[in-house]
Amino acid sequence: MMTDLILVLVVLTNLKLLGSSRLGSSIRVVAAQGVMLGLLPILVHVHELSLHFAALAAGTVALKGVVFPWLLFRALREAEVTREVEPYVGYITSILIGLAALATSFWLGGRLPVSTGEPASLLVPSALFSIFVGLFLIVARKRAVNQVLGFLVMENGIYTFGVGVVAELPFLVELGVLLDAFVAVFVMGIAIYHINREFDHIEVNRLDQLKG
Amino acid sequence: MVLLLSRVDRDFSWVGAGSVVIAAVSGCLPAFGVLLHGSVEQLRLPWSVPFGEFFIELDPLSAWFLMPTLVLSALSAIYGVGYLRAWQGRRSLGPSWFFYCLLVLGMMFVLLARNAVLFLMAWELMALASFFLVTFEHERESVRKAGWIYFVATHLGTAFLLVFFLLLGRETGSMDFTVWAEKGVRTHGPANVLFLLAVIGFGTKAGFMPLHVWLPEAHPAAPSHVSALMSGVMIKTGIYGLLRALTFLGVPPLWWGWGLIAIGLTSGGLGVLFALAQHDLKRLLAYSSVEHIGIITMGLGVGLLGVSTDSPVLVVLGFGGGLLHVVNHALFKGLLFLGVGAVLHGSGTREIDHLGGLLKRMPWTAAAFLIGAVAISGLPPLNGFVSEFLIFLGAFQGGVSTGGAVAVPLFMLVAGLALIGGLAVACFTKAFGIVFLGEPRSEHVAHAHEAEWTMRLPMLILAAGCILICLFAPVVVGSLKTVLESMTGLQPLVVDENLAAAISPLSFVVLGTALFLALLAALVLLRRHLLEHRRVETDVTWRCGYAQPTPRMQYTASSFAQPLTDLFGPLLGTRKIISPPRGLFPAEAALKTMTPDFSHEAVYRPVFGRVHEWLSQLQRLQHGKVQLYVLYIAVTLIALLVWELR
Repeated sequence: MMTDLILVLVVLTNLKLLGSSRLGSSIRVVAAQGVMLGLLPILVHVHELSLHFAALAAGTVALKGVVFPWLLFRALREAEVTREVEPYVGYITSILIGLAALATSFWLGGRLPVSTGEPASLLVPSALFSIFVGLFLIVARKRAVNQVLGFLVMENGIYTFGVGVVAELPFLVELGVLLDAFVAVFVMGIAIYHINREFDHIEVNRLDQLKG
Repeated sequence: MVLLLSRVDRDFSWVGAGSVVIAAVSGCLPAFGVLLHGSVEQLRLPWSVPFGEFFIELDPLSAWFLMPTLVLSALSAIYGVGYLRAWQGRRSLGPSWFFYCLLVLGMMFVLLARNAVLFLMAWELMALASFFLVTFEHERESVRKAGWIYFVATHLGTAFLLVFFLLLGRETGSMDFTVWAEKGVRTHGPANVLFLLAVIGFGTKAGFMPLHVWLPEAHPAAPSHVSALMSGVMIKTGIYGLLRALTFLGVPPLWWGWGLIAIGLTSGGLGVLFALAQHDLKRLLAYSSVEHIGIITMGLGVGLLGVSTDSPVLVVLGFGGGLLHVVNHALFKGLLFLGVGAVLHGSGTREIDHLGGLLKRMPWTAAAFLIGAVAISGLPPLNGFVSEFLIFLGAFQGGVSTGGAVAVPLFMLVAGLALIGGLAVACFTKAFGIVFLGEPRSEHVAHAHEAEWTMRLPMLILAAGCILICLFAPVVVGSLKTVLESMTGLQPLVVDENLAAAISPLSFVVLGTALFLALLAALVLLRRHLLEHRRVETDVTWRCGYAQPTPRMQYTASSFAQPLTDLFGPLLGTRKIISPPRGLFPAEAALKTMTPDFSHEAVYRPVFGRVHEWLSQLQRLQHGKVQLYVLYIAVTLIALLVWELR
């Protein structure tokens, strides 16, 4: 029950991301999504709760709920931007595309030959949906912060997939994924800062001037 | 080894050249033994490359190619010591010698390898090493361009070879040359495809006519001792590869022989015509290499016709003539390139029209060049004659004894080869006459000087080789026996019998040569004796009754060749830019001729231009927009996922 609630919330937060132009609120939404997903393994494996899951959940929540938002807000402050202006795909269109992606995710989730656990009819579709939304954000937005958020959402999707599908995901692999995401966000935060200082903007579409 | 040594250039030169000479001497001995006894030596080592095995073998065919390769490598290396001294101090010579050694190593392994992977690696090693050697003077734009043309050409050739070897591997299930030679390809369809692939792939390296574009670019760009090595022996690896490939392909259909003869006639005829029209000595020699590759190919074509029609006389004389011409061409083309190198070294130019009268200033070089020029024209007292004679003889005998489909191409070959010989004489008369005779045409010649001994010695050895091969022609032709036996599988008796048919007329030629030389010596002595007590005056060469002769009154390279280039104008496409004298008191007039390479102009430039245009459109995909790159990936992944779950 709780699982389904979280997954529905994840889907809703994704749609909210698609329709929002304020970078600050987007960061908060992604942080909230990260916290909810951090709690997910505890709820899925509620019968076999162990130190392992608790540690993982704590780490995920701390990283996604505290460290990442802090890094991104810092980057925002330094770059002095608050809004995404003129995205490639408008917000209404984005939400419509998001709905289409949601439908596709359900269709694909139904056909994907994976042995999901019993409570997780929503798990695979919402995971796929997160991945699609993440990719879409990377493609359709110009601000570098939004790219990072897209990357994080995609990572959340993969994480959801892992939690639901592979029950006994090795601890080390989970830690590895977390570390990956951390390094990525860290590097991108620094990169955003430097891009801004160098070019006075953080619009990724203008990076093509760097091409040889 | 060279790179590890100190950075002093003098050491580089001697160490580099020394190691090549040592390798050549130690490599020649077993090769000679194999040629003498017809035995085969093998070495197999395990090698951790997929499908690869370190399998080398020295059989008579390899040995036959290995001998000139090693000899010319060693001589060119010695020459290079003196030749590169001009760059000493301005340029680190270490890399040049390093790649020289690699090139020699690559050629040796190409000749010895019996595993397709090892062969291709050696082939590439050879190509890369020679690319770096060609671009020795890389600060010059033209040299870099030549280097790239060579690089692209050689890799296109290798692409065909890769397909060739893969197909052969699939047909026989092995990458081993000995297995291929035993099993062969028995069915006609694949054999025809494989033959075409081999002709294009190996022909690019050898320089068959439409594929020859890199030769006139790369040879002038490279340092002279490298040109000598590349033109003398490296392009012959293409011939070797073709011969080796033919041993895998079973009994050839008739059209293979016709095809090779046609290629030979085209390369030979157009090669010598373009050589005639050139103003640059090295370009001239490069086109002449195309011509001689053509002659060798004609020999192979005659041999193949012989195999198809089961006529041993064609086989023995055709292949024999072709193989002997490989050695001969290595000797005299090496000699000529070294000679041109000495001219370039002494005078600083290789434009024929800027030279003249070098005979007096560089007597040794001139004598060596003269011998090379006579030999390359295929005139009787020297070695070029011997091999062309074998091909002539084979074509005549075959043409007379067989009928129809075989006789017609053979007689065409006889006619073509005669024409080529005549044009070659004209071409090298021009080269020698304009460069060495007459009066100096420019300042360049004024301070020309004779080359030092390291450069003279190799030229003299090669010149001596040209003479000796003719004097001992019967012995040399006899030594082809083991190669022909092992390559064609004919009975020793049959080979002997047919070679004897060529040896007996050759003996007369040798006798005639000896008599001629004796007579010449007697005449020289007589002349000296008669002139002993008289006053001998020397005067300007082109006096002709003028009071104020100038060197500009002499024949130029263009005017000497003009009757022939006009005759073959439609084939050559020589462009003339004429500003004729005007008015009653004409002030100035000018004439400029140039002969661009037709296949480069008419085929390669448009084709490559079109390909470039076409591929440039792909650049729209690479626009530097990160979002769209991600979109490509995402769309591809989702499409694949949907495809899979469909």
